[in-house]
Amino acid sequence: MPAAAEHQQSTTPAPRRARAWPTVRTVILLLLGLAGWLYLYLHLARFADWYTYDVLGYQRAVEKAQSIKIIEGCACLNAAIPDAQAMAAQRGGQAAAFLLYQLPHTFMLLFLVVFLMGIVRSWFSAERTRRLLAGRHPLTARILAAGLGVVTPFCSCSAAPLFIGFVAAGVPLGATFTFLVAAPLVDKIALVLLFDTFKGTPLQWPIVLLYLGTGLAIALCTGWLVDRLRLQRYVEAWVLAMSDGAEAEVRERLSFNDRVRLGFVAVQEIFGRVWLFVLIGVAVGAVLHAVVPQAWLLGAFGAERWWSVPLAVLVGVPMYANPAGLIPVVQALFAKGVPVGTLLALMMAVVGLSLPECIILRKVLQTRLILIFVGSVATGILIVGYVFNLVLSR
Amino acid sequence: MQIKVYGTGCAKCRKAETIVRRALAETGNTAEVVRVSDLKEIVMAGVLRTPAVAVDDAMKVIGRAPTLDEVKGWIG
Repeated sequence: MPAAAEHQQSTTPAPRRARAWPTVRTVILLLLGLAGWLYLYLHLARFADWYTYDVLGYQRAVEKAQSIKIIEGCACLNAAIPDAQAMAAQRGGQAAAFLLYQLPHTFMLLFLVVFLMGIVRSWFSAERTRRLLAGRHPLTARILAAGLGVVTPFCSCSAAPLFIGFVAAGVPLGATFTFLVAAPLVDKIALVLLFDTFKGTPLQWPIVLLYLGTGLAIALCTGWLVDRLRLQRYVEAWVLAMSDGAEAEVRERLSFNDRVRLGFVAVQEIFGRVWLFVLIGVAVGAVLHAVVPQAWLLGAFGAERWWSVPLAVLVGVPMYANPAGLIPVVQALFAKGVPVGTLLALMMAVVGLSLPECIILRKVLQTRLILIFVGSVATGILIVGYVFNLVLSR
Repeated sequence: MQIKVYGTGCAKCRKAETIVRRALAETGNTAEVVRVSDLKEIVMAGVLRTPAVAVDDAMKVIGRAPTLDEVKGWIG
């Protein structure tokens, strides 16, 4: 990581040109890195294909064109092969090609998104967001909170201090809730990976925009409900009684190199935590792909089953998974014919509502308010699921 | 010297404390480490995102665990 070393140098006073040089060098290195990333990314499918069939020696299922289609996770063409043994070998080949392509592909995308988000987020902080929201008209505050929720770094373990801090500083309660809903629900990793999953289908743009739009809408509605029903009375009394505490902010003057360094820190943090989720997700996806009968899945989650959306929400809420691990599962379910609305409901339920967060919030909110909060978000997700299933039928 | 580690008990907060203690041990510093886990106290200190680390009541990092080198820089 050259950026860290640069940082040390840039703190000593130096003539202007010497100070600009580290930044220029970092930009050049970043551009080179991006070019390398792009090259690898674009040639990954061909490499996985070559490795599977030419190095590992698996037999090609049909023609190359079709095996690439399998890699993209949308073809089921094993019906026409009579010989059982050959079929098993070809399935093995398909699985290997899928894994060799899917794992690096997901990790590469994840790397880029997390790195860029880490840099963008260095301009935003919860303290700054609070200052922007405090004392505003409830409606303005809610709209701002929804937008800021998407870009402000947030971890559900800080939900309680963040909540108290917002309320004590005079951020309207509704806006505080909007922020708490939007921050996890509109997940950037999920957005990018969804965009990638539906690449090449007409659903690509609609699904991403609808996910973003409906996520924000659910956050806004929840905030509106809280303001409208005057739910302050269900906030624990000691929280409301708290006067505004100190305003601590580490006023770092970050150089560009510092921000790049923060991007790498974010990547380190995510990768240390998430790789396991991705592996599990890909494994579950592969099992779904190869083993679980389509009829069985469609019996539970098919388009004509009215309960598929609520079932997805019920399955999703207690589940705690990173979206990066969830996407391979979503992909496999999509390939099996599960409708898009149901899949989105599942995703939103997993990322947007988490049990640990509710337990943490219990320290500052009465149970009734937590139930309203969860109920409002869950209802929103249900509506999204049904609407998507209606609008985006394939 | 007194180092306060603000945290609600999450994994990252424990990591922050471990790193602070390791930095102290490695540099032979005998500063006192105080873990602040009371929500009221955390918020009164102005911390919205945990973990946070303050050295002699000067906030050094908010919302993430510091690196070993960062801590050594503060206490050195």
